[in-house]
Amino acid sequence: MSTRLFGEPVRRREDRRLLTGRGRYVDDLGRDALAAAFVRSPHARARIRDIDVSAALDVEGLVAIYTWEDLPERVGRPLPLLIPHPALTHGRTAYPLARDVVRHVGEPVVMVVAADRYLAEDACALIQVDYEPLKPVVGLEEAALGARLVHDDVPGNVGARLVQEVPARDGRSAREAIEEAPHTLAFRLDVERSASMPLEGRGVHARWDGTDLRVHSSTQTSTSVRMAVAAALGLPLPHVEVIAPDVGGGFGVKIVHPWPEEILVPWAAMTLGREVKWTEDRREHFVSSAHERAQVQYVRVGFDDDGRVLGLDVTILHDHGAYTPYGIIVPIVTSTQLLGPYRIGAYRVEFSAIYTNTVQVTPYRGAGRPQGVFCMERTMDRIARHLAKDRTEVRRANFIEPDEFPYDQGMIFQDGRPLIYDSGDYPRMLAMLKELIGWDAFERRPGRGIGIGCYVEGTGVGPYEGGHVQVTSDGRVHVSTGLTSQGQGHETVFAQIAATELGVPIERISVVTGDTRRFGYAVGTFASRAAVVSGNAIALACRKVRAKALRIAADALEADPADLEITDGVVHVVGTPSASIPLATVAVLSNPLRYAFDDEAVRATQFAGASSPDRPPVAEGDEPGLEGRDYYSPIRSTFAAGMHAAIVETDPLTAEIRVVRYAVVHDCGRLVNPMIVEGQIHGGVAQGIGGALYERMVYDGDGQLLNASFMDFLMPYATEIPRIETAHLETPSPLNPLGVKGAGEAGVIPVSAVIASAVEDAEGITIDRMPISPSELFELRARHQGT
Amino acid sequence: MDHEITLVVNGTARRARVPGRRLLSDCLRHDLGLTGTHVGCEHGVCGCCTVLLDGEPVRSCLTLAVTVDGREITTVEGLAGPDGLSPVQRAFEECHALQCGFCTPGFLCTVTALLRDNPAPADDEVLEGISGNLCRCTGYQNIVKAVHRAAELLAEETP
Repeated sequence: MSTRLFGEPVRRREDRRLLTGRGRYVDDLGRDALAAAFVRSPHARARIRDIDVSAALDVEGLVAIYTWEDLPERVGRPLPLLIPHPALTHGRTAYPLARDVVRHVGEPVVMVVAADRYLAEDACALIQVDYEPLKPVVGLEEAALGARLVHDDVPGNVGARLVQEVPARDGRSAREAIEEAPHTLAFRLDVERSASMPLEGRGVHARWDGTDLRVHSSTQTSTSVRMAVAAALGLPLPHVEVIAPDVGGGFGVKIVHPWPEEILVPWAAMTLGREVKWTEDRREHFVSSAHERAQVQYVRVGFDDDGRVLGLDVTILHDHGAYTPYGIIVPIVTSTQLLGPYRIGAYRVEFSAIYTNTVQVTPYRGAGRPQGVFCMERTMDRIARHLAKDRTEVRRANFIEPDEFPYDQGMIFQDGRPLIYDSGDYPRMLAMLKELIGWDAFERRPGRGIGIGCYVEGTGVGPYEGGHVQVTSDGRVHVSTGLTSQGQGHETVFAQIAATELGVPIERISVVTGDTRRFGYAVGTFASRAAVVSGNAIALACRKVRAKALRIAADALEADPADLEITDGVVHVVGTPSASIPLATVAVLSNPLRYAFDDEAVRATQFAGASSPDRPPVAEGDEPGLEGRDYYSPIRSTFAAGMHAAIVETDPLTAEIRVVRYAVVHDCGRLVNPMIVEGQIHGGVAQGIGGALYERMVYDGDGQLLNASFMDFLMPYATEIPRIETAHLETPSPLNPLGVKGAGEAGVIPVSAVIASAVEDAEGITIDRMPISPSELFELRARHQGT
Repeated sequence: MDHEITLVVNGTARRARVPGRRLLSDCLRHDLGLTGTHVGCEHGVCGCCTVLLDGEPVRSCLTLAVTVDGREITTVEGLAGPDGLSPVQRAFEECHALQCGFCTPGFLCTVTALLRDNPAPADDEVLEGISGNLCRCTGYQNIVKAVHRAAELLAEETP
């Protein structure tokens, strides 16, 4: 069979085990482990006066109860602030267990360990925590007033404030450009909270054998959890291993690390000398993991008669919840990616990251981009309406042209590097989208509208990933990389890359991700980076292995390495197929220790030439074995792009909004596996539709999350998602050997903007906040008719 | 107080000693070691824990193990035949109808029962049939495709 598998819709190699119930998720492990459960704060803001555990002590099967005071100094420290930034002047993180105060409903206060989860929860129910409730800080604008404080030492509840300015070419500031523009508009936009909400919650299982600690965590970064656990527990790194087994979805929330439980459960396992496991339940996930999205944006824009933006000034209030463990990545991404595929005259953006007494905010698929795109695309639609122009015409007038790449937006991106777009073809993409949805032929009527949204997504951020490739003497290829998988199909796409690079059938290739026993240096899975960073690292490692294989084979076949190629796992002389040697045999030859354990070793003896007594058996600079390791460290991010359009129908009576058609044109550079990329897009769009029409976190004035269940937090079922029509454009990235860009987050990014655009078109009513429910549309109609 | 119960799981009688409050999902996963059945919400909304009870899909997280003493249960581990994957499983693989795989066992059980009762469902019947199962990864499009494909495969195999 062909080994040129790059670009083919190869079926997934993960599926067999997942379809037969043989997947291994964290809660499937440790059947005999003790179970941990947590007492969590029922108050959004309170002082802890006392914790009385006495009633819980009689619970049968109880093993241990821990409060903050029971933790050793290292374990009890505040959790690390992962990504500091000079603008984050008041970064704050939680203690693993609350110390004296709680700052959101769901904050862990007491850890209980018992024989099973039922008993652990029995004990939790009997623990009395005496709280002094305080009036909480809820609501972004109220928090920004700073009358009450989430953290006593953070004035105004402002964790960070950052201004970025990109002047016009003539040096004028954005505000000057707006003042002098022929047309100006000013308005406010609102985006509400949603959350990643993977169907598998978080989970940790830890085993200590007296010397070594093995932790399984449902994480997006096992290597960093390992470093965090080793540091907190004072263990030498080589004595800690962390494995991300099968993970039931991540979407961002599992990139945060270490979670309190990732420190506490391993510590309890060491302290008790027993396996301990904690499996997050759904309510815990709602109130103690992370949310995202909520922002208020104040926009001023100046533009010319063609709709070209001369100046854009955006001020953002970003709700950061109670803590900032992941720094200010989300609002930085919003402020930079807001620019989309456009060349803006002059730009000023200012954000304030505001603390509230709610669940902390960390990246959720899209990571600030959906809000930025909502802002820019709503702005484009308003300009079009103001000038009575077609919405696509205004966008076209502002596009960066294909011959302007690399295009420098003049800002600093999330990775601390210049925001320079590597490649793209936005006019062509728009033409494709208009064709796909039938934009020009669309017949608008009341209750039926069409909408559009465009975005650019920085993907494949550094600093690096690595790949290790080993060919064993049975001819099998073992690939590993440190970043993790949560359903993206990495075992398949990385095997495709290895098969193509090495000329080995994919059936002989296996891939391991997220296991520190196999690969210790990695960053993690986020920012649509796996295919770009690990994919290229694996390709480079394969090229090293290939070069070594050809060198050894050339020696054995007495040929020139340049005349050799590898097909179907066999090295042969081009044009002389009989002069050949299987990779399995090459693997044997690569190791001067030749115990004849298997047939390949016996066969290899025919190729073994006389070794020179004057040289060491392993030449200087060489290594035994047919394996290679390499890293890929991108100079900058790659910039994928996409444009979506939707047709919606709204019910004249109930105001129900139905998405009738949804079209996507997507460019992530060269496609490794189009089937998998389409799957990523479908899933992203579905999450986007959830965020546009259904999902929100409803906090009341006391900071209680009123809809912390799947009955009340409305994730879409199959009945809510339209068929998604897709088309691909492939603009290779010039920045990496494979020419790929990331695809994981793409689908979700513009959806709120697209739906808002379509609903506005159908209704003739300005839509300036998302999500929009039927009741909200109903009220908007009533208000609109009243005016 | 614990109860002795016998469940006929995937054709095999399995005995367990469980407290009255033990959920069927926990009994299957932790007492019997059949971890293919997943728990996504524990309040009966997501459908990850769906198993077949005497052939009918039920939420094992809303079922107490003691209430199904003596009954027949099929879990995802029991769907494949001796010749390999069932038509529904094959269709899911062929159509890329799963990503993280966490919701998949529930969908497979639901769809197996759906196609037994309605071997050639129309589009809206497929949507209705799977509208009690949440998936956060796939956007459902390929799951819908897989249900139709499974119907085809089943029809091909039925003499």
